[in-house]
Amino acid sequence: MSERRPMVDPFAVPAAGPDSAALDPAAADPSALACPAPIPERARVLLGHGSGGQLSAALMREVIGPALAAAAPGGPLNDAAVVEVAGQRLAFTTDSFVVSPLEFPGGDIGELAVNGTVNDLAMMGAQPVALSLAYVIEEGLPIEDLRKVTESVARAAGRAGVQIVTGDTKVVGRGAADGIFVNTAGIGLVAPGVSVGADRAAVGDAVILSGAIGLHGIAIMSVREGLDFEVEIASDTQPLHGLVAAIVAACPEVRVLRDPTRGGLASALNEIAAASGVGIELREETIPIPGPVHAACEMLGLDPLHVANEGKLVAIVPASSAEAVLAAMRAVPEGAGAVEIGRVVADHPAMVTMRTIVGSQRVVDMLVGEQLPRIC
Amino acid sequence: MKYIDEYRNVELARKLVDEIHRVTTRPWALMEVCGGQTHTLVKQGIDEALPAGVRMIHGPGCPVCVTPLEQIDKALAIAARPDVIFTSYGDMLRVPGSTTDLLSLKARGADVRIVYSPLDAVRIAVANPDRQVVFFAIGFETTAPANAMAVWQAARLGLDNFSVLVSHVLVPPAMRAILESPTNQVQAFLAAGHVCAVMGWTEYEPIAARYHVPIVVTGFEPLDLLEGILMAIRQLEEGRAVVENQYARAVKREGNRQAQETVFRVFDVGDRKWRGIGMIASSGYHLRPEFARFDAETRFDVGTITTAEHPACIAGEILQGTKTPLDCTAYGVLCSPRKPLGAPMVSSEGVCSAYHAAGRGLAAPTAVPLYELTRREP
Amino acid sequence: MCLGIPGKVVEIRDDGPLRMARVDFGGVRKEACLAYVPEVVLGDYVIVHVGFAISQLDEEEAMKTLEMLRAIDAEGVAMELGSMGDDSTAGPPAAPPPQLPGAV
Repeated sequence: MSERRPMVDPFAVPAAGPDSAALDPAAADPSALACPAPIPERARVLLGHGSGGQLSAALMREVIGPALAAAAPGGPLNDAAVVEVAGQRLAFTTDSFVVSPLEFPGGDIGELAVNGTVNDLAMMGAQPVALSLAYVIEEGLPIEDLRKVTESVARAAGRAGVQIVTGDTKVVGRGAADGIFVNTAGIGLVAPGVSVGADRAAVGDAVILSGAIGLHGIAIMSVREGLDFEVEIASDTQPLHGLVAAIVAACPEVRVLRDPTRGGLASALNEIAAASGVGIELREETIPIPGPVHAACEMLGLDPLHVANEGKLVAIVPASSAEAVLAAMRAVPEGAGAVEIGRVVADHPAMVTMRTIVGSQRVVDMLVGEQLPRIC
Repeated sequence: MKYIDEYRNVELARKLVDEIHRVTTRPWALMEVCGGQTHTLVKQGIDEALPAGVRMIHGPGCPVCVTPLEQIDKALAIAARPDVIFTSYGDMLRVPGSTTDLLSLKARGADVRIVYSPLDAVRIAVANPDRQVVFFAIGFETTAPANAMAVWQAARLGLDNFSVLVSHVLVPPAMRAILESPTNQVQAFLAAGHVCAVMGWTEYEPIAARYHVPIVVTGFEPLDLLEGILMAIRQLEEGRAVVENQYARAVKREGNRQAQETVFRVFDVGDRKWRGIGMIASSGYHLRPEFARFDAETRFDVGTITTAEHPACIAGEILQGTKTPLDCTAYGVLCSPRKPLGAPMVSSEGVCSAYHAAGRGLAAPTAVPLYELTRREP
Repeated sequence: MCLGIPGKVVEIRDDGPLRMARVDFGGVRKEACLAYVPEVVLGDYVIVHVGFAISQLDEEEAMKTLEMLRAIDAEGVAMELGSMGDDSTAGPPAAPPPQLPGAV
């Protein structure tokens, strides 16, 4: 269970006019009176709550988690849950996709919806078995767009070797959905002997990245209203269960698998470090960043480590298996660019650091809220 | 990227660090004025790689941080109006005003839009003739030519639905104010490279002469900063105090005449209040009378603004370089990028956010533990 | 202040009131206004800030800067040996990379 996108898009143009009464900046807000920093962000869900960084984690920890407590099994949440059913370990996940625009260089929301859920299953070491597909469609969406998205879903499912076995369709009034919201849920079978989880990283382990980062986020940004730049890159959205199978074959004791989606590589590694109670040390020069991603980040003032990816994974494995895992990954197309980018250490638990070009160590922080382009 | 990556070369960086160590014989205090430079210094740990006695005092070079609280509150009041499309650079969206910020206002339904260039704001005005489009024109001298051109274009197009909320500040008056302060410790400056690309460096020559401080026009990449620091320290060690140009590939002594002309056709120099510092004479730009009709402050009656800075925030002293975030009781505790009390924590160029992102002075890790469900005792 | 990044002018449009260009920043292309750099032609590099070229990048100066930086070590050694007079046992001046205070 994880949301893939914020509920409010910083680049969105509001469809309806604002309610002026609600906007008075000095309007009394109950939480504002109580807290020393009278900014009412706490009273409403913000776009930042969906961006995969600290605000998202806070929303889970302070609101959703406590409210669910009695009904949920407890423990750290991974990309998918593993439940035992009649002696089999079944991975189960759900994800909602709201991306605007619906189509972007390298893919569309349909493809994203299939690959995202397949990958959440894969990150638990599971082979996907079946997906459900639910639509919430905004009134007025061209039928042609609906057909295109659905055909994309079918193509992506075929490529991933999964079937869409059930679904649902709802339509809501104009303005209530950004064209279309897509939810997919998926089940998969966890390979025997595999036990991955965010809390399993151990001191000394090697941190491996499957390829270049930043492609998806920059591809999306390039077609966002107000930014619009040409870039020769496309979203890297792709199913990763084949890559995971290769990793598991080379090293069944693989400890952590994580796809660094929203919030980027930095947020994913921070989550792992915190869940496992270990530190992670990276080396800046080993992290592969394609030229155009680097350029776009420079132009917009973004950190590539915070940019979303949709076709990459991080694998944390015992150091002794690193060579074998790298070889296995590089033998499949989705892992051709696999490199070791760092190590798990005992120092500074729950913190991720990186060695900079002048030789100092800097802390790599989680994304705070929504990534905003800057001029300064 | 050409002309960026070469200035991040590891070998050359380490050579420069070694050379700085070699030439330094005494303690020195340098100030970099530009927030972009602060950002690189802290992120790359350059200030920590310098000889023990060399101190980098971070200057008020973050236009986001020094935009007066009144201007933020005015922006919020204007953005809240239903007839307004409020456009701004991304930097300003999370800056805390007295009660809220633009991003939160947007979450509540205000039409607040990020633009990359001020010309985009003009385009939005042309495309939405029935709405008022306001552009938040902040920045140092670097951004003034772009902001001026937007006003110029709006005038040329005869737009009656476009206006600007101006908060431009200038570097040389700030440097003078710092040097005049009785508690000043700065002995040399790294001048802001892109400010000087526009304005040239002639304004700095009288400052170097009058106060006997070396001033080195410096770029933004790690090698630029290291070379700028090296040049400044060499001058200090030799007792010289002149303006030198490290950023020769982008800056000429006279600057960009074309840009300066347009700026002075649209703007006039006037007094400006700097958030956390106070009023500095002749330190900002205001619209000239011929363009006064584009002034959002007069077009919109925003009523009386009563500002309220958070009592625990020491942004003023941070911006003047007399304190660091490590001296602040709220830093990392009450105040963090997630819940900023003041501008230097929310701006990516602010000293506090740079320190926080680098984990300096933070006992506990900045990472938030992964979603842990509250367990109920059985 | 001032995210200004260098890019190459790959297309110029003189049709409107403002001279506009398509600038290539290492694989990313974006529009920029050339009003403030009238002397710039196709193929030149410019520094762009908020959609405006504020300065033409002087490629010769760029090379000179890098060459000077590369020359530092040699110069350092020469200066050191020179200032040591005839102490022929003077070794190379470079200290090992400094231990960084607070380095994690």
